[in-house]
Amino acid sequence: MVQRLRVRYAKRGRLRFTSHRDISRAVERAVRRAEIPVAFSAGFSPHPKISYAGAAPTGVASEAEYLEIGVSRPCDPDQVRADLDASLPPGLDVLDIVEARSGSLADKLECSVWELRLPGADPVAAEQAVKEFEAADRVEVERLTKKGMRQFDARQAVRSVAVSVRADTTAGQEPGQPCVILRMVVRHETPAVRPDDVLMGLRLVAGFAPPSSPEVTRLAQGPLDATTGEPADPFDAERSGGDL
Amino acid sequence: MPVESLFSRLEPLLPKVQKPIQYVGGELNSTVKDWDEATVRWALMYPDAYEVGLPNQGVQILYEILNELPETMAERTYAVWPDLEALMRSEGVPQFTVDAHRPVRAFDVLGVSFSTELGYTNLLTALDLAGIPLEAVDRTDEDPIVLAGGHAAFNPEPIAAFLDAAVLGDGEQIAIAISEVVREWKAEGRPGGRDELLMRLASTGGVYVPKFYDVEYHPDGRIKRVVPNRSGVPSRVFKHTVMDLDEWPYPKKPLVPLAETVHERFSVEIFRGCTRGCRFCQAGMITRPVRERSITTIGDMVDAGLKESGFSEVGLLSLSSADHSEIGEIAKGLADRYEGTQTGLSLPSTRVDAFNIDLANEFSRNGRRSGLTFAPEGGSERMRKVINKMVTEEDLIRTVTTAYSQGWRQVKLYFMCGLPTEEDIDVLAIADLAKKVIKAGREATGSRDIRCTVSIGGFVPKPHTPFQWAAQCDHETVDRRLRELRDALRGDKEYGRAIGYRYHDGKPSIVEGLLSRGDRRVASVIRAVWEDGGRFDGWSEHFSYERWMTAAERALSGELVDVEWYTTREREEHEVLPWDHLDAGLDREWLWQDWQDAVNDVEVEDCRWTPCYDCGGCPTMGTEIQIGPTGKKLLPLTVV
Repeated sequence: MVQRLRVRYAKRGRLRFTSHRDISRAVERAVRRAEIPVAFSAGFSPHPKISYAGAAPTGVASEAEYLEIGVSRPCDPDQVRADLDASLPPGLDVLDIVEARSGSLADKLECSVWELRLPGADPVAAEQAVKEFEAADRVEVERLTKKGMRQFDARQAVRSVAVSVRADTTAGQEPGQPCVILRMVVRHETPAVRPDDVLMGLRLVAGFAPPSSPEVTRLAQGPLDATTGEPADPFDAERSGGDL
Repeated sequence: MPVESLFSRLEPLLPKVQKPIQYVGGELNSTVKDWDEATVRWALMYPDAYEVGLPNQGVQILYEILNELPETMAERTYAVWPDLEALMRSEGVPQFTVDAHRPVRAFDVLGVSFSTELGYTNLLTALDLAGIPLEAVDRTDEDPIVLAGGHAAFNPEPIAAFLDAAVLGDGEQIAIAISEVVREWKAEGRPGGRDELLMRLASTGGVYVPKFYDVEYHPDGRIKRVVPNRSGVPSRVFKHTVMDLDEWPYPKKPLVPLAETVHERFSVEIFRGCTRGCRFCQAGMITRPVRERSITTIGDMVDAGLKESGFSEVGLLSLSSADHSEIGEIAKGLADRYEGTQTGLSLPSTRVDAFNIDLANEFSRNGRRSGLTFAPEGGSERMRKVINKMVTEEDLIRTVTTAYSQGWRQVKLYFMCGLPTEEDIDVLAIADLAKKVIKAGREATGSRDIRCTVSIGGFVPKPHTPFQWAAQCDHETVDRRLRELRDALRGDKEYGRAIGYRYHDGKPSIVEGLLSRGDRRVASVIRAVWEDGGRFDGWSEHFSYERWMTAAERALSGELVDVEWYTTREREEHEVLPWDHLDAGLDREWLWQDWQDAVNDVEVEDCRWTPCYDCGGCPTMGTEIQIGPTGKKLLPLTVV
């Protein structure tokens, strides 16, 4: 492996129903079709050196997914960006590629910005629920995991939640109807707090229950900027020509 | 009249179901045509879950061929899982295609490919969700022609009531011919409605329209005869055979799904047909004669298919892949060509006697050396003579020993239980064979780190085979023999721990037997099972033997026949069988003679390398064996 390429890509529209396993198969095949000289692990059963950082859950769209490809000969990132994007199915779209120059990609992805569209929800009730949620120290929620039902705090990881109302474009809803939108910045912790866990928390603290399932999109990921309370660009170091 | 996409109504349901990606379409190399651009519109269905149906070669081939025709379009639809079915019913969303999410009922033809009879209940779900009447007689000009193909269509009688038509054999040419008949009929303004369209199809002799045939019965319940009930309908319907596979190099652009499926590779058929003459094997009987694809076409297809798909594995498909006359050159050529590119080759369906270690080495050169699978099918030498699977114990031991000494650690052996004339001792012989395999392997390698897995399932007699007259073994006997075999394997101190054991119990085989050799009276059983919630019968977690038996008792209560009559009853030579009017090219007297030979342990050679045994396949269909060698070699490609 002579070079590592860091890729930001989007998962859009109906492709939001892909799982992280679906995406890894699609990426491996796209890399082969695009004839990108991916490096392989050594050993009995060689695997392409592609690593994925914190994939969004199945059903959640994203404008900020990240992966890293190790290649066996130097490549022009712009060329790889064009080739890989052309080779991936529409809806898996390459947004940015840089050559890795700094520490682990996963370590830089400290938090996410999530947008939840809640068609049919009451904006006043949403505001009130968010207030009560933010006022709490801990909000214990439950989620069914592979290891069974698990209880954890959904409050501490949430940096901020903002409520707004916009015209609806959500699947299955009347177009033009006002729709409640939650925009939240959530730190990546263990166990991971996902947008639906926060929604569960809103229900537990204030009885807030939207009438239909939310449409969720991850808007950004990156290191948490303490002054803005928002994620910075995880490619900052690469762009400023920073050290290794 | 444009047909709207159902996707906006389906989309809100998807977050609530398992693996929603299987319903969204958008596969690489899939095709969406404008509705109005085509005059003949096919919905192609594989009646099982997407993960099983998507890789199906038959559907992929027809999908591509039909979409290449200028005035024709084809989209695909699969069985939806019960979670989505419930939501579709409550929200009123009809059965849809995955390509453009169009309603299935809006198409001209719904073509359904049945690899197995266990998809019959899923056909009913799809029809019902589509809003198409279940019974063909209730359909109107607003409904598509429901057309069955695939191996199970060689006896479509149990689902005849639900079908408008069935086609036997290779689909490439007949699908185009049917499209042309539909196109002309529509261009003429649909004269005579769907009845005339069906009549036009039936009169070609290549499409079976069940409702144009009446079945008469003897007072004891046996079939007296099956006769056309109107003039212009042929008394026999023939299968279709594509003779030159090099002229039909499909799939050219394999569908690459986003969802995980059962076969994640690019598959190329290297030949069709098999004349080994295994008597239990319906595929080997109904796909005669052998037609090889040439080494150069195979090489071109692999090259193009890998480039189009990005798959990292190639499967060379056929009924017995090591039997291709140039398999050695193909394996070496492909292994050379893809050296260093992390491209794996796999060769499903390998006979013990055709296997050689050089071949296996070529196939594992660029990939893993994990396991080898062989199918002796019968445990004792006598049993293998009965089924005409001419593999000797020496062959097997020698082959397996070589494999172990060349570095393979795991060998899988496939068998069947409940074969005609079988006794307990024949099944217990499997244990002896497995122990000898391990013993020989340990001696050859000097290592105890080798394993062998015995995999065994119940035998089901199939139409158009010499065993079509045979009594199916009852499930109690099958299950008892399977238990005894398990005890014989596990109880062995020296070898037991090196031998794995996998089995399928006997009950599902009885249902498969009922559907395989059933007649039109079985339709009411299928319908009753479906109405009782029967779905996905090929999946053990969904299959219910009790449901089938209860439904059969109820549905057949007014008849002279029952499940035993269809399954465990041996037939007389001259009994009219439900599929006798459907011609797979096999001479009935030859089949009967072969059945008699089976009972007397007499073997028959392969007609590729020995004189013709007059099975009837070639003269009836005007076909002949097409095999190499061509003497050509694969040229290296420039690999970056």
